[in-house]
Amino acid sequence: MRRRPNHLAGLGSLVWLALVGFPLYVLLISTFRTRSNYSSQGPLTFPSQLTLQNYLDDFSNGFGQDFLNTLLVTVSVVAIVLLVVPPLAYAIVRARGRTIGTVFRMFLLGLAIPAQAVIVPMFYVISKAGLYDNLLGVILPTAAFCLPVCTLVLTGAMRDITGELYEAMAMDGATPWRVFWQLVLPLSKGGLSSVVVFAALQAWNGFLFPLILTQSESTKVITLGLYNFQTEHGVDVPGLLSAVVLSMLPIFIVYLFARRALVQGLMGVGGK
Amino acid sequence: MFAFLPLVLVAVLSFTSWNGVDAPRFNGLANWTKLLHDPVMTQSVWLTLVLTVAGVVVQTPVSILLGVWAAGRQRNRAVLSAIFFIPLLLSATAISVVWRAILDPNFGVPSQLEWLFGDGNLMGSQSSAVGVLTFVGLWQWTPMHALLYQGGARAIPQVLYQAASIDGAGKVRQFFHITLPQLRNTMITSVILMLVGGLTTFDTVLILTQGGPGTDTTNSAFYMYQQAFKSFDFGAGSAIALVLVVVATLISLAVVRLSGYDKMRSTTEGL
Repeated sequence: MRRRPNHLAGLGSLVWLALVGFPLYVLLISTFRTRSNYSSQGPLTFPSQLTLQNYLDDFSNGFGQDFLNTLLVTVSVVAIVLLVVPPLAYAIVRARGRTIGTVFRMFLLGLAIPAQAVIVPMFYVISKAGLYDNLLGVILPTAAFCLPVCTLVLTGAMRDITGELYEAMAMDGATPWRVFWQLVLPLSKGGLSSVVVFAALQAWNGFLFPLILTQSESTKVITLGLYNFQTEHGVDVPGLLSAVVLSMLPIFIVYLFARRALVQGLMGVGGK
Repeated sequence: MFAFLPLVLVAVLSFTSWNGVDAPRFNGLANWTKLLHDPVMTQSVWLTLVLTVAGVVVQTPVSILLGVWAAGRQRNRAVLSAIFFIPLLLSATAISVVWRAILDPNFGVPSQLEWLFGDGNLMGSQSSAVGVLTFVGLWQWTPMHALLYQGGARAIPQVLYQAASIDGAGKVRQFFHITLPQLRNTMITSVILMLVGGLTTFDTVLILTQGGPGTDTTNSAFYMYQQAFKSFDFGAGSAIALVLVVVATLISLAVVRLSGYDKMRSTTEGL
């Protein structure tokens, strides 16, 4: 039976479309205005002439450096997560020991701890470790805060692999290592991509850790760049908004091509 | 471990005075008594609760409607939901920066739509600034919660709807008697996420209102940041942080207990 359309929710969704679409329109159209046009005509009317100057200005304001820093943080965080999470999730799913159960429960508790709550001691630890104002000092906490959710998601995915498959491989005399590489990893591909999406998004959009743990121009990430831009050049709205557009461009391109995987990833992260 | 060690440390630090440079010095309960008599602290706790409750109340119905709608099969759904979920991709910073520009009293949208916004200085009074924070929270978080509900709604067995329409139940009744009860688990997950998120709202406050006007929108997370990283009173900052963790944990546990969620772990949850 086909479900009948839900008109109330459909109406709501149109309202929501306007709520999302309108700011995005203002955002986009403002980036092509000159600054004087923005202050004289305001953000709503269609500009009489379009310019790309704002985007060029962003790059001469150091956006390129911020971009590379963010990219470095993101790639490193994803690498750490990929290195740690699959073996851990595998151990949690397969091992029967007590220790691993305790470790897992501690991970679950970690889910509930907001980053803001531990940022002061984090600052303490990172400064003591000599990592203040060093991108590594951003990468490590960001990765650490991704681990609980990622482990949880991947554990869920690995649980779905049936016991018979393991037995079959054991009959063939496969080592645990081979089982991991040839059975577990390929079969939990969906979970793995969720985890990568989540970690990458967290790292790319991270703000609190860079805000607290870095200081100089050379370690600035994009989000911090946007924040500084606003406090320093508050009047240059078109410049600021074009930097926003540039900051979301990579994710947006991925979104266009891999929407399904991305949404499923986000769904998996929130849904369990 | 990166999460637990600091948690112990934050508790220890809350009994010290530390300026971030010298070694921390124990000062007993001084931070705590100070906060207890600090009007801004009391105010910030109150505001945090208001923001959190407002967030849950506003976001939940919208997310449920959107999620249930997106779980259906109507035409255009794919295209529309692709647009709906764009806020998910943006960083909190980008979202706050964009809204601040849009709502700017001099050059933003309010200056052009005076019939709607009056004098347009939305960040200028407490009630409207809280309104803005709630609205931006809605904009930012609804897509994620709608996704949760979409997953939940997809997992509801179609048989239930078939049976109900044979019994002559209309769509509205089906929604209230099948969809909503079946989404119970999803709702609990979603509400917990909203509560913890609401208690720790920080980026949006920092960028949109800077806690102002005055201290009118200084919530606890922002006050913690100010105390620790602006006034270099890391001891007081730690004490506020500890309050936040304890409250967030207690509320989450209460929701889980009250709903009996912990006893029904095994029910297949929507994905």
